[in-house]
Amino acid sequence: MTSKNVHVKIEEMKTSTGLIKNLEVSIGKIVDDSWTEPMGPTPMPSLTALRDWDFKLLNRYKPFYMPACDLCCLCTYGKCDLTAGKRGACGLDMAAQSSRIVLLACCIGAATHTAHARHMVHHLIEKYGRRFPLDVGGLNVKVEAPVIRLVTGVKPATIGDLEEVLEYAEQQITQAVAVAHTGQEGNNLDFESKAFHVGMIDHVGMEVGDIAQVSTLGFPKAEPEAPLVSLGIGTVDTTKPVIMCIGHNVIPSVGIIDYMKDNNITDKLEVVGLCCTAHDITRYYNRGRIVGPISWQLRFIRGGFADVVVLDEQCVRTDAFDEARKVHAPVIAASEKNCMGFKNRTDDPADEIVSDLVSGKVAGVLILDPEKVGEVAVRVAQQIAPVRKKLKNLPELSEIIEQAKTCRQCNICQRSCPQDLKIPAAIKAAAEGNLAPLTDLYEYCIGCGRCEEACPIKLNIHSYIIKAGERFMMEETNYCRAGRGAIQDVEIRNVGSPIVLGEIPGILAVVGCSNYPKGGKDVYDICREFANRRYIVVTSGCSAMSAGSYKNAEGKTLYEEFPGGFEAGGVLNVGSCVANSHIAGAAIKVANIFAKRSLRGNYEEIADYIYNRLGAVGLAWGAYSQKAAAIAAGFWRLGIPVLVGPHGSKYRRMLLGREDKPEDWEVFDARTGNKVNVGPAPEHLFQTVETPQEAMVTIAKLCIRPNDTWKGRSIKLSHYVDLHKRLYGTMPQDLHLFVRTMADVPMTLKDEFAKILEAKGWKETVIPDPTLLPRMVRKIKE
Amino acid sequence: MSCEPWQCAEVSATKKANPITKPEVAVAMIKKAQRPILVVGSNAIERWMEGKELIEYLIDFARASKVPVVATAHMVGEFLKRGYEPAGFMSAMDIGNRLVDPEWQGIDGKGHPDLALFVGLPFYMEGLILSGLMHFAPELKTITLDNMYHPHASWSFPNGTLEEWASNLKVMTSKFEEEGGK
Repeated sequence: MTSKNVHVKIEEMKTSTGLIKNLEVSIGKIVDDSWTEPMGPTPMPSLTALRDWDFKLLNRYKPFYMPACDLCCLCTYGKCDLTAGKRGACGLDMAAQSSRIVLLACCIGAATHTAHARHMVHHLIEKYGRRFPLDVGGLNVKVEAPVIRLVTGVKPATIGDLEEVLEYAEQQITQAVAVAHTGQEGNNLDFESKAFHVGMIDHVGMEVGDIAQVSTLGFPKAEPEAPLVSLGIGTVDTTKPVIMCIGHNVIPSVGIIDYMKDNNITDKLEVVGLCCTAHDITRYYNRGRIVGPISWQLRFIRGGFADVVVLDEQCVRTDAFDEARKVHAPVIAASEKNCMGFKNRTDDPADEIVSDLVSGKVAGVLILDPEKVGEVAVRVAQQIAPVRKKLKNLPELSEIIEQAKTCRQCNICQRSCPQDLKIPAAIKAAAEGNLAPLTDLYEYCIGCGRCEEACPIKLNIHSYIIKAGERFMMEETNYCRAGRGAIQDVEIRNVGSPIVLGEIPGILAVVGCSNYPKGGKDVYDICREFANRRYIVVTSGCSAMSAGSYKNAEGKTLYEEFPGGFEAGGVLNVGSCVANSHIAGAAIKVANIFAKRSLRGNYEEIADYIYNRLGAVGLAWGAYSQKAAAIAAGFWRLGIPVLVGPHGSKYRRMLLGREDKPEDWEVFDARTGNKVNVGPAPEHLFQTVETPQEAMVTIAKLCIRPNDTWKGRSIKLSHYVDLHKRLYGTMPQDLHLFVRTMADVPMTLKDEFAKILEAKGWKETVIPDPTLLPRMVRKIKE
Repeated sequence: MSCEPWQCAEVSATKKANPITKPEVAVAMIKKAQRPILVVGSNAIERWMEGKELIEYLIDFARASKVPVVATAHMVGEFLKRGYEPAGFMSAMDIGNRLVDPEWQGIDGKGHPDLALFVGLPFYMEGLILSGLMHFAPELKTITLDNMYHPHASWSFPNGTLEEWASNLKVMTSKFEEEGGK
């Protein structure tokens, strides 16, 4: 703890000198600086405090803009046409407008996580008190909040200490949103720098949210062997009443589970989750089930599995109520941010609400008291389930065949499908009695329902796909490891040296949503490939679910096949969206715990360390949201490159290096002050990859760092070349950019390298102690 | 054939690609270009026409026209497997990023391309890259050889059937074969 507000109120006090009545004393802040680490240069940085660092990165990784819209429509001067160099009425050009949209996306994402954290902290303080100690891993985790310590210079000890951190984060997000107003920034790189800033703040917000819930709710505390939890709709006992919770904020789900525990009925109902709420349900309650990632909401609501649907916040389909109503499942909205138009019944007696929902008098209610959500959801589910279990929710196959005969083959469904799925051909086959092509679409469909919205004769195409794939759906019986939370300090000590020296070839963080181009199997394949290659594979969010949704030849999921520790060949699920902060936290802790770099308010130096030394890459294969944009921006500022799958191109801006421009790749050698060309390591900061094959080759390449020892570089190049040869069918042509001395060349590839190096006119160079910061140079060059 | 964007929501704003009404028009434009390139994406092995993969049509076209090919994603290996060596390979984002740099001297280092042909990328990716080029490389002409109308290109074939697509590619190839390439 570094500071706190003090408020003393004395109603009546008798002393020897007199009587004191109604005395109130407020002290704004008492600083308790028991944390001995000296304060760094940028505690609680303002919008511009780290601008120089951002510009170092942005000058290497220049934005490549791909506008989704040619116009700006944000003020009443508009619409303004910004095509091909034109400026709008306010003077803004398309580069600045594009970066402004990036900033806004990051602001939305950061605000969402931070607001989530604010709600969490507020609720938990109410329940457990401000002095409840933070504990994310007992004695195994001394650096409990690496992001907060780094960014704010605060070392939080209790939940109450997190309020000061949140105040700072909220202030910065407000400042950043203001930047997007007409007539503020006009330079695209300044917009980009602010997007980085908000990304950094996003990680602060996420860390607050997760360490608060880990500390109070009994989640796994940095446990490598966190329990395996059931994953897939096939694991749900649908003969019992089923409560399905959708969203990201576990507090209403905790209300449900607590009510069940208090009434000894945990064996009588199933509580299942979709999206990140599912992770946090299973961190809280080992009988909880993860039924799947965000994109399957429609699939599982329409399937009729849920007797009650509970919606909290973030990534919830806004038509979830309409869909639930079709299958006669009452809906409880439980978040101020997602009221669904329902009447607020928070203050009504539970008996009345239960009666109204069971009788069908109302189909949905807003309840903002999590304990009441728990009681109502459980009682409604118990009463309504016997009736609902008799209902038929999906069309029969014979009905599909009959309805398919009415299809006009207009192709609008395919042209509205983000995956360009061949729906008309599948419907045509169905009309002829062959449902196999519809079944084939099940794995690739991301469940958006746009096909149905587009269909001029309103065929229920998505329901047909679900029905045709029903057998696969019910066979989904897998395991995910419950989100473990933080990485232990001892784990960091164990792997710090091999990571920084390059002998563990890299850390791959497979994170984010499930807007995949061809189903979730790609996520599994990529994780498995790199775990087998002894990279450290970290997962979170919907990607963590997809990683666990497939099995190897022995019938084991990834989480059963590989250990859950932060170690070479480990596959570890940190948890829900907000647990992504632990991935950034692990990188920061390598610099702090292993390299002994000061953390406190010392952002630039730590980011410089991570950028030059830590071979970490993020892959968000199905990223779709503004939150994902903010998470990525937080990693960019730390110098960690992020890849997105093909749909990620719709973020409309990449940050790309140019390997063909050697002048871009110079660093200082901290030992001598000399400038040394270290090659494009890493080549990009944000890039879309088109296929899983491209993702794998690019991941291996982006793990290369200037600080690699010859042994580490040789190992990294082995993986890069091996994957390139296997997946691209040829040797990479850029190897000369990554070989510093012949010792870097893998022993078994010397001849193949020699040919390329000779053809490219390669020359030996030195391995520096790399830094982008002149102040880190120990010997100033004369 | 329709000149509505293949993906319905991908509407253009103030500029819209000129439709290529017949393949001979595309041939003429390619011939007129000094330094064309052909960017081929991963759908080259996902699309089949008349029992033949798209990549096979493109190899025939590239050989006949002598337009250098830049393969994206992992397509370089697919070309090599079929006995054709592309002029270069890089990610779709990298080729887009280079094309907006007026100082980039092309795959062969001899000059910036003046015409970029695109085919076989996921529709939305190709559309976004074409949008980037429309805005930030206004001197560059772009053509798509897909059977899906791309509003952000300079020139695009309209939406068409697989048969029409195969026919267009074959006509273009044969025109170049007749006249010995570009």
